[in-house]
Order: sequence, then structure tokens, then C-alpha cells
Amino acid sequence: MTTATSEMPAAPPSTRRASIEEAVLPAVVGLLIAAIIGDILILSFGQNPGTVYRLLIEGTWGNAYGLGQVLYKATTLTFTGLAVAMGLRAGLFNIGAESQLAAGGFLAAIVGLALPMGLPSIVTLPVFILAAAIGGGVVGGIPGVLKAKFGAHEVITTIMLNFIVLALLNYLVAAHLRVEDSLHTANIRTGALPRLSNYIGAFHGSAANVVIFVAIATAVAAGWFLFRTRRGFELRAVGLQPDAAEYGGVNVGGVWWKTMALSGAIAGIGGLNFVLGYKHYYEEAFASGAGYLGIAVAIVGRNHPIGVVIASLVFATMSQGGLAVNAVVPKQMVDVLQAVVIIAVAASVPEVRRLLLRSRKAGQ
Amino acid sequence: MILLAFIAQAIRIAIPYLLAASGGVITERSGLIGLGLEGYMLGGAFTGALASYYSGSPWIGLLGAVAGGVALALLYAVASIRYRADQVVVGIAVNLLVIGATRFFLRLAFHSSANSPRIPGFGAEQSGTGITALVGNPLVWLGILTVVFVAWLLYRTPFGLRVRAAGEHPAAAISVGVRVNAIRYTAAALSGAFAALGGAYLALDQHQFSAEMTAGRGFIALAATIFGRWDPLRAALACLLFAAAETLQIQLQGAQVIPSQFVEMIPYALTIIALAGVVGRAVPPAALGKVSE
Repeated sequence: MTTATSEMPAAPPSTRRASIEEAVLPAVVGLLIAAIIGDILILSFGQNPGTVYRLLIEGTWGNAYGLGQVLYKATTLTFTGLAVAMGLRAGLFNIGAESQLAAGGFLAAIVGLALPMGLPSIVTLPVFILAAAIGGGVVGGIPGVLKAKFGAHEVITTIMLNFIVLALLNYLVAAHLRVEDSLHTANIRTGALPRLSNYIGAFHGSAANVVIFVAIATAVAAGWFLFRTRRGFELRAVGLQPDAAEYGGVNVGGVWWKTMALSGAIAGIGGLNFVLGYKHYYEEAFASGAGYLGIAVAIVGRNHPIGVVIASLVFATMSQGGLAVNAVVPKQMVDVLQAVVIIAVAASVPEVRRLLLRSRKAGQ
Repeated sequence: MILLAFIAQAIRIAIPYLLAASGGVITERSGLIGLGLEGYMLGGAFTGALASYYSGSPWIGLLGAVAGGVALALLYAVASIRYRADQVVVGIAVNLLVIGATRFFLRLAFHSSANSPRIPGFGAEQSGTGITALVGNPLVWLGILTVVFVAWLLYRTPFGLRVRAAGEHPAAAISVGVRVNAIRYTAAALSGAFAALGGAYLALDQHQFSAEMTAGRGFIALAATIFGRWDPLRAALACLLFAAAETLQIQLQGAQVIPSQFVEMIPYALTIIALAGVVGRAVPPAALGKVSE
């Protein structure tokens, strides 16, 4: 799952090129297969694929509003993608980003409702980030501790915790916090985060907001942590060879639970994008699959922060593009295509590695 | 009388769990993770509803469901075995695929992305909670028989021995001539078929397919598989336990004793506790999730 070859210090240029090929080719294969299946689906609906794809591009990158929506969606996906990637680097599969995202948004909303009205966002943003990180970090940390202490597999415990945490949050909102006849809390009247349209008028109406800068900063920090710090090195060592890492003096259990907590915290901060950047309230089920798509983003982005950012733009373009073509073909087409990309990439990663290895041997 | 109604309703809720968990046990015992169960159920509910609608016979509907479930399970198995894709990734992707595809084709076939028109099911009326409706539904019997069948298959047949060997010691199994990959494809296909029948039960019972109608039941079945420690009969008991808790919640709904959200948590919380091993830890098959060479 994880490849460390591209991060070896002083890798000769040829190795570096080969590892980039190895990282990019599966995504190209995945997108090609998705395009072919997309053609079939569009034709089955009696439409012209060329027209539909043009609509999709025009509705996303073709105008400022569409682009703003893509950036908004990519922001959440960058957080959930980084969260999953961080786990995978340590050999841990965090399927719980969905509920970690929700818990982060929830705790930030609670804090926002408790803070005095009208504080400037420069004061509140760090507080919100901390609250969201704690919310997500606790939800992510629990399966980490269960794995470190009891050996409970994190795939199952994170899935089960998704259902438990979302049910708990639904209960808390329904029983104590919601505005009557709605599924959301009252409005947060402090520390509203500026939308991008405040600075660039053309984005008017789109939900893109300054949390995107938090996302970029998080991606940079994640890359620095993973590849430039001792703890990041230990994390990757545990992901590659837990037994060898243990033998080399790394406390594997400690890395497991700390990584899960960190992963959850990253996903949790993503909750700010909706709760404080867009709606200014917590709403039941706002995560709506962004946690699960984070898995796709991490896989397609090959667990590298740069790859994750690019992949989150690709998946966000597909999601927003679905809305752009919905008048012609059902928007669920892109749900199918996103799944096809995931399966094709997951299936072609080992295959591409094998083929590249063979051609390299033949070339020598 | 109240007790009888309670049992009838609990069994009615349990049947899709029993079918899907039987599939979960067989696929996981072979070494393939059962993360796609939810997708097989939903896919089976849809293809079953289509087949029942166009043929006018719920029996053809069952065949349609099995075909849909098997096709999805084979997609998962080919990606996992032939192409060595990560099983967790493909399992999650299959679920996303089916949610999107059923809505897409719902709109293609019936011009609605929410429901199908009324489809033929077993029994003329909306089945209600009565005992007669229950015993008159062949899928109820099929669900119970499936549990017994899978237990027999796993523990009393050479095929079952090979399935267990594939899940525990694939290398050893290969060395004595067991075709582990063929066993896993077969186990995957069976799990797709059983889970799809569980989904078809829902659609036929409600005389309609509606989008995302399985609503996480495949994950409850996966929880039952694990909570039942990968044993068909214990998994079935887990299904009955989960269904009984749900029934209790439905019947107490007016009383507001326990918020419904807490009852929803029961299967998942029990599964985590079983995995963490407070009393006798649940240990998965040794080769679960690993592709053999």
C-alpha cells in the first residue's frame, strides 16, 4: 500500500522518475477506464458523451462559481484524504474519517455557540481548529488505543465507530441542540470565516472560504512531518515493517494510537469548512460521504500530500460536475465513475508496479 | 399474544441479517473481507426488483437478485485476487458503486431516482407483522435454511474444509493441492448470492425498491459475522439478538424509554467490545484480507 521509494534521500534521478511513473500511471488508467464507462452510461441515457463532458468541464473549471464550488469541495476532501493517507503511511486503515469529520465540526459548533458574539475570526480560528482537532482526534484515537492495547483491527472498529458516533451526534442534536423543525443547531454568531468571494468578487455565491488555506497549510505540515521529522520517519517505518521498527526501538503501539489520533484530528479540522466556512451551524449528516471519499483521495493520491491535494481536486471536480450535467444525465453517474476510479486504481497499482519492474529489468 | 407478535416482528427484521451474515461468514472464512455485503444487498434488492417487475414473478426476482449479487461479488473477487487490489478499498468502492448505480439505473428504467413502481412480491398484501404473513413468505424459510446450509457446508463437507484452510493457512492448503483462488471465488460468489437474497427480501416485502433501502444492514450483518466469531450459528444468534433489540425499540417507540439512536448503536458497540476482547476475544481467520501467492 505504501511506497517509500520516492522519499529516499539522494535517490538517483532515474529512480525518482520511475517512482513518479509508478505513482501516476494507475491514476491515468483509472481515469481512462472511468471515461469509457462514463461513455457507456451517457449513451445508455441517449445522450452524446462529448456534449456531457463539455458541460461537466464548463460547469466546474469553466466559470468562477463552478471553480469556487470545486475548491470548496476539494477543501473537505483534502482534510479527509490527508487523514486517511496519514494512517496508511503507518499501515493503518482509517475508515472513520466520516465520523471524525462530523465530530470535529460538531465540537467546533458547540464551542462557537458558547463563545461571546462578534469576536473576530483571527481570534476564534485557532480556537475552532483546536476544538475540531480534539473532536476528530478523540474519535480517531479510540480505535488507535483499541488496536494498540487489544489488537482490535482498526478497519472494523472505525467502521463501527462511524455508526456509533453519528448516531450519538444525531441524538445530541435532536434532543438538545436543534432549531425546531430542522436538523441543525442555532446559528453561530461569532468568528464567521470570510468567503473567498469577499476578496475575489467572481466567486460570488460559491461556498469556497478561507478554510482552504488551512487545508493547504495542513498538507504542507503533513509533508514536513512525514518526510522531515524523526517521528514521521518512525511512523513510516512502522507502516513498512512494524516488526523491524519494534526491533529498532520504536514503540509500535504508541505510534499506532498517536497516528490514529492525528489522523482523526486532521479529518476533524475538515469539519470547519462546512460548519464555520459555509453554513455557520452544525447539521446532521453534513459529512455526506466526504469521509469515505477521503479513502479514494488517499489511494489515488498515493498517500502523498501533493498527490492528495491533486486527487481531491479531481474528485471535487467530478462531484460538482455531476450537478452541472444533472439536467441531461443523472448526477449519480459521477458516483458510479468515482467508484470505478477507486477500483481501477486499486487494481492497477500492483499490476503497474509489476509491469514497470519487468520492463526495467528488460531495459538493463 | 404480545410475545408472539414480538417474535414475529423480530424474525421479520432478522431475515435479511441472517442471509447477509451467512454470506459474510463464508467469504471471511475463505480469507476475503466481507466489506461489500452492503453493496451486494442493495444491488440484489435492485436487480431482484427489476426482474420481479419485468417478469411479474417474485421467483424470477430472486434469480435476478442472485445474478446481481454474484456479479458484484465477482467484481470484488477479481479485483482482490487477480489484480491484488486492497480488499478494504475495493469493498468500500463496491458499496459506493452500487449506491450510485442503483439510483442511475432507477432513473433510466423508471424515471425516478427514489423508488421503483410497485413490484410483485410474495403474498398479496403489505405483509404486516402477523405470523401468517411470516410463515407464508418463502424467503423467511430460505433465510433459516441458509444458516443451516452454511453451517453444514463449512463443517461437514470437503468444500467447507477447503474454505477454512484458505482462510487460515492458504500456503499449506496450496501445498496439498487445494486451489485456494478457486475456493475464494466460489466463497465470494456464495456471499454475493446470500446477501443479495437478503436485499431482495426487503424489496419484495415492501413491494418496491427504494434508493439506499438497505440502510446499513450489510454492515450490521458484518458486525454479526464478527460478533458471532465467524461461526454460522453464532452469527445467526447475533442477528437475532440485533433484530430483537431493534424490535424492542420499535415497540417502545411511543414510550420513549431509550432514544432510538442508542438502540441503533447496540450491534456496533457489541462488535467493538467483542474485538477488544473483554471476555474471550474474537480472533479473525489468520489469512483474512491477505492474497495468497
